[in-house]
Order: sequence, then C-alpha cells, then structure tokens
Amino acid sequence: MVDEQRTEAKGLKAEAEPFGEQPASIPQLLVARELCKSFGGIRAVDRVSIDVPQGSITGLIGPNGAGKTTLFNLLSNFIQPDRGEVIFNGQPIHHLQPHQIAQQGMVRTFQVARVLSRLSVMENMLLAAQNQTGENFWNVWFRPGQTIKEERQQREYASEILESVGLVHMAQSYAGALSGGQRKLLEIARALMVRPKLVLLDEPAAGVNPTLINQICEHILQWNRDGLTFLIIEHNMDVVMSLCDRVWVMAEGQNLAVGTPTEIQQNPQVLEAYLGQ
Amino acid sequence: MQGYVVSLVIFTAIFAVFGLGLNLQWGFTGLINFGHVAFMSLGAYTTVLLSLQGVPLVISVLGGAMVAAAMGLLIGISTLRLRTDYLAIVTIGVSEMIRLIAVNEAWLTRGTFGIQRFPLPLATFNPAIPIRVGMIVLFAGVLGLGYWQWWRWLKQHIRQVPRKSLVKSSIVAFAYVGSGALLVYGIGATARHLKQTNALPPLGLGFGLFTATIAFIALYVWLARTVLPKVAEWSAGLTVVCNLILALLGLWIARFAITAIYQYDRNPAKTGLMFVAVLLVGLIYWALEKLVRSPWGRILKAIREDEDVTKALGKNVFWYKLQSLMLGGVIAGIAGALYAWQLTTVFPDNFQPLVTFNAWTIVVLGGAGSNAGTLLGSAIFWAYDTITRFVLRDIVPLEDSRLGAFRIMVIGLILIVLMMWRPQGILGKKEELTLGR
Repeated sequence: MVDEQRTEAKGLKAEAEPFGEQPASIPQLLVARELCKSFGGIRAVDRVSIDVPQGSITGLIGPNGAGKTTLFNLLSNFIQPDRGEVIFNGQPIHHLQPHQIAQQGMVRTFQVARVLSRLSVMENMLLAAQNQTGENFWNVWFRPGQTIKEERQQREYASEILESVGLVHMAQSYAGALSGGQRKLLEIARALMVRPKLVLLDEPAAGVNPTLINQICEHILQWNRDGLTFLIIEHNMDVVMSLCDRVWVMAEGQNLAVGTPTEIQQNPQVLEAYLGQ
Repeated sequence: MQGYVVSLVIFTAIFAVFGLGLNLQWGFTGLINFGHVAFMSLGAYTTVLLSLQGVPLVISVLGGAMVAAAMGLLIGISTLRLRTDYLAIVTIGVSEMIRLIAVNEAWLTRGTFGIQRFPLPLATFNPAIPIRVGMIVLFAGVLGLGYWQWWRWLKQHIRQVPRKSLVKSSIVAFAYVGSGALLVYGIGATARHLKQTNALPPLGLGFGLFTATIAFIALYVWLARTVLPKVAEWSAGLTVVCNLILALLGLWIARFAITAIYQYDRNPAKTGLMFVAVLLVGLIYWALEKLVRSPWGRILKAIREDEDVTKALGKNVFWYKLQSLMLGGVIAGIAGALYAWQLTTVFPDNFQPLVTFNAWTIVVLGGAGSNAGTLLGSAIFWAYDTITRFVLRDIVPLEDSRLGAFRIMVIGLILIVLMMWRPQGILGKKEELTLGR
C-alpha cells in the first residue's frame, strides 16, 4: 500500500514538470498538484501546484488576495481542498486531519502570530512536544516517573531553542506579555519543538522591526543549514530575496510563475501582477 | 447543630465534586456545558437502580459514572465539532430531555413518585471504637493535606512581603474585617429586634435595612479604596486575615464532623455518607490536580485558548475535548450518586437546570481553572445558603416564598459585583481569565 502511494507520488512529481522545473535528482519533500478551493462563487485557489525540494527555503509570494494563505490552509488541511492532491515525504496527506499532518512533520505558523497568551512561554513550547507519555491521562496517574522524566528532557530541549532565539529569559512569563516580534519568534521556536521536517511560515517578517527581521532571517538560515526545509509566504521582498532558493508566485488564485529570486524579479508577468499594466 | 453541620459538609462535598467536573470541562477546556446536571441525574439514577438490584454500591457508583461518561461520548461525538455556543444549547437540551425521560419512563424510574429506600453507604456499619478512631485519623489526614496545600499557597503569596509590614497590615486588616463583621452583626440584631417587636411597618424596616446595607457597603468600599492602600502590603495582610478566619471556621466545622464520626451509631447513614463524600472530594481533587499540571492538562488549556494552534501542533483536539467532557461527566456522575444518597429519594425534579447553574455559580465564584477555587466556591455557596436560610428569615420583612426569591436575587447581585470587581473569581488567575475572552 505504502509502495503504491510512493509510486503515485513519483507519478505526480513527473507531472509537475510544467511548473516545477527542478532537476530530477533533488527529492521533493512536498508536492501539491491541481489544488482547487471555492468559497461560494469565488475560486480562491484554482488548480495550483507547488513543489518544495528537501532542504530548501522555498518562497511563496503574490499580491494581496492571491490565495497564498488559503493555499497554506489547504496544504495543512485546515481547509479541505475541493480537488487536488498533496504529497508530503512521499505520502499522500490530503485525507489526514491537521494534527496528523503536524505529527508527520509538517508544521505551520499563522499570518498573525498566534501564541497562547494565557500560558507561559515555556508551556507554549512544551505543548508542541510530540508523543509525550503524560499526554495520556491514565499515564499521568499510573506512570508519573516516566511523565516527569520526559517533561524534564523536553524542558531542556525547549530551553535550548528559546536560548537560540533569545527568549529564554522570558520562559516563565505569560506569552501574552511578549511584543509582536517576540511572538513571531516564539511561534517559530514552538514549531521547531515539534521536530518537523518542513515548516510553513506565513509572513514571518510582518509587523516586525528591521533588527528583529534580520535575526529571524539568520535563524531561518541556520535551521536550514541544520537540515530543516521551509516554505515561506512573505511580502517583504528583501527577506524573500535573501532567504529563498526558489520562489513560487501566485496571482488571482492561480500559479503565475516559478524560478529563482533573480528570475522572478525580472519576470514581466510578476511585475504586472504586482504593479499593474 | 451537629446533624446540620454534617448535612452541610455533605452538600458542600457533593457540589464541590460536581463543580470540579464542570471546572474540568469549562474552566480548563473551555467547553460551555449548561446541562451538567444531566450527568448527575444519570449517575444518581443508575447508582440507585443498580443497588436496588443487589449490585454492590461501589460497582453501582462505577456503573453510574460509566453511564454518565457514555452520555458525554454521545454528546461529544455529535456536537464537539460545533462552536462552543452550540454545545451550550445542545447540553441544556439534553439535560432537560433526560429529566423528562425520568418523568415519563415510570417503569424504570417510577416517574414523579421517585425512588426511595435504596441502600446507602456505610448505613448499617457500626464500627468499634478503634475503627472509628482510624476513620477519624483518615478524615483528619485528608483535612490535614488540604490545610497543608492551603498553607503552601498562602506562603507563596506572602513570601516576598517583609515580616514587619505583614504584621502591621494584618492588624489593620483584622480591624477592618472585625469592625465590618461587628457592624453587620449590629445591623442584623437591630433589624431582628425591630421585626420581632413590630416597631416598624414592613416597608419601613425594609427601607431602613436596605439603606443601612448600602451605607455599610459604601463605607467599607470607601475604606478599602482610600484608607487601606495607605498601609504598606495591605492586600497581603487582608489575605492572611481572611485565610486565617476561613481556616479557623474550617476547624470549627471539622470539630463537629470528627465528633459525628466518633458518635457514629447516632446517625450512621449521614455520618457514613459524610465520610465517603469527604474522602472522594480529596481523591478527585488530588487526581485532577495531577492531571491539570501534566502535559494532558496543558493540552486542555491550549484548546481553551486556541483550537487551531493546538491542532497545528499535532494534538487531536476533538479527542481531548471528548476526554474532558467524558471525565467531567464521570465526576458529575459520582456527585449524582452522593446526591441521591444524601436526598435518600430520587425525583426527576431534583435535577432541574437550576442545579447546573448552582455549579456554575460555584465555579465562577471560586475561579474558573482553579480546582481549589471550586472547593472554596462550594464552601462559600453553602455557607451563604445556610446563613441566609436561617438568618435572613429573622431580619428581612418578607414572607418565606419571597425570601427564597430574594436570596437568589442577592446571589445574582453578588455574581454581578464579582464579575465587575474580580472577573477571574476568588482564586482564579487574571492572566488566565476564561471569561470575557
């Protein structure tokens, strides 16, 4: 069954050629094909395809209302697509629940940073740890030793990540006390706590001051060097140009172009979509 | 007096358990359950019906809890994907449906005639003195653990406060609370005298009492806003004094309870029930405290705040909400068994929606998301019930039927004031406010 699914995924990858002109040797971590979603009479996403190569930082750009966030929602199945397929790590995932997709290693963040403001920064981090013994209430009562031991290990790991993003001194504060930029950092740090393969970042630089934007970019590059793959929606073109290996462009719910940042910058169709005729 | 205190302890324990179930569902998970009494009624009916068939009481209670959990499962499967306000509507509907089934399915529930003469826990038990002493030790142990927890909480609150300022502020707070209590007593005694001697017409007495109460509240609020803040660390002093008074009051009540256990044969049914109810409160409180401080509890709190984020981090939100609803149902089912034993008759009318709202009052009063707050809320609720039942009758110039409505009106007023002044409840954390998100 798994082999069949893998073959199917490969088939999809082969069909991806018109848009995803990637060398065949680079394995694709995420492949979405012909995704469609309508809200009433409006086609928010219309036959959109996207590939994210393993180990890359892939950008997704487009004017406001292009359908980028809806595409994120479709990829993570927060919204069920009307049509199309999503293959992650060789497995179809469009039939899975959002939490199952996260468990498979694909984590998303939100356009407006959504930290759990009534929990502490550390609790926000610990929440994202996977497969903890203490997530089962029976184990809390009957395997307290194992629960406490794991909690301690997860706390150490969370502290390491918080330290790397400069939030460790805020660990015990309520997340609601963080500034907008710190919330963005916490959201990304929390996503890493899942130990994902792919992180979908929805506008990580939006509403963040330039110094913090630089920090966020440096962290993303570092984590990418450590083997993490990113798909990033971003309006800040400096961020896109400095981070991304490859950029997908959407306009009016459809694929418009794909290429390296430099190719995209010079693409007349893209310029037209952004600036008008 | 002793009999009344025992009965009061039982009611407080039953509603503490009942409230703990609701607090798990709403306080920690954010599930608005306006039909909590449905779990209680299923627990009560199942327990008494099974025990009437000769099933041992422990198994009957477990059966009742399981049936309540099964109803939680049914409600959950059909409604937990809906928004919270829909869940509120469905739960209130289900609780009324269960009550109406109990009224109409007389072959099973004996309808409005109710079920009587069912076995009660430890009712035929007549322990020898050494066993009674053992029971007292166990009872005192639970109480002691409770006091220890309380002390730890209090210590944490006053840890940062310098000893000297704490003593000074406690003396001021004691003067404030003590003079307030004396003044309330004075107003009450005067009104009682006036009512007994018919010195004033009812309208005049009512007006006088109303004016005196408003003047008292205005004076003490003014003092709290202007005079008290002049004393350093006044809130810590007030916390210490209030906790000390409550702790002493608790010990005074515990004295009656312990005497009742020692004189077990005087009223075995009630004493046995009190013993069982207090042990269950201790056990359920401990189990819930373990849970809410674990990764499991953290997921519930995350769901309360933002379901999408919790999903995005790989947690099966639906499954955890279902667990919370079912576990809260199990706890309410156990409260139902205790309630049936306390009332000794089970009528459908025992399970009116008002019972659910009593639990809501308790949880809101104590502080949503705080198990200790729920215990305190239940104690305050029943203390209020007792005081107003026996004291107001002698003071307020109203007939009995109007007095009942008046008492509920005052509860409503207290809740409104509490929501304005301290929306997180007495022990709730402002930063973790469940209400008014």
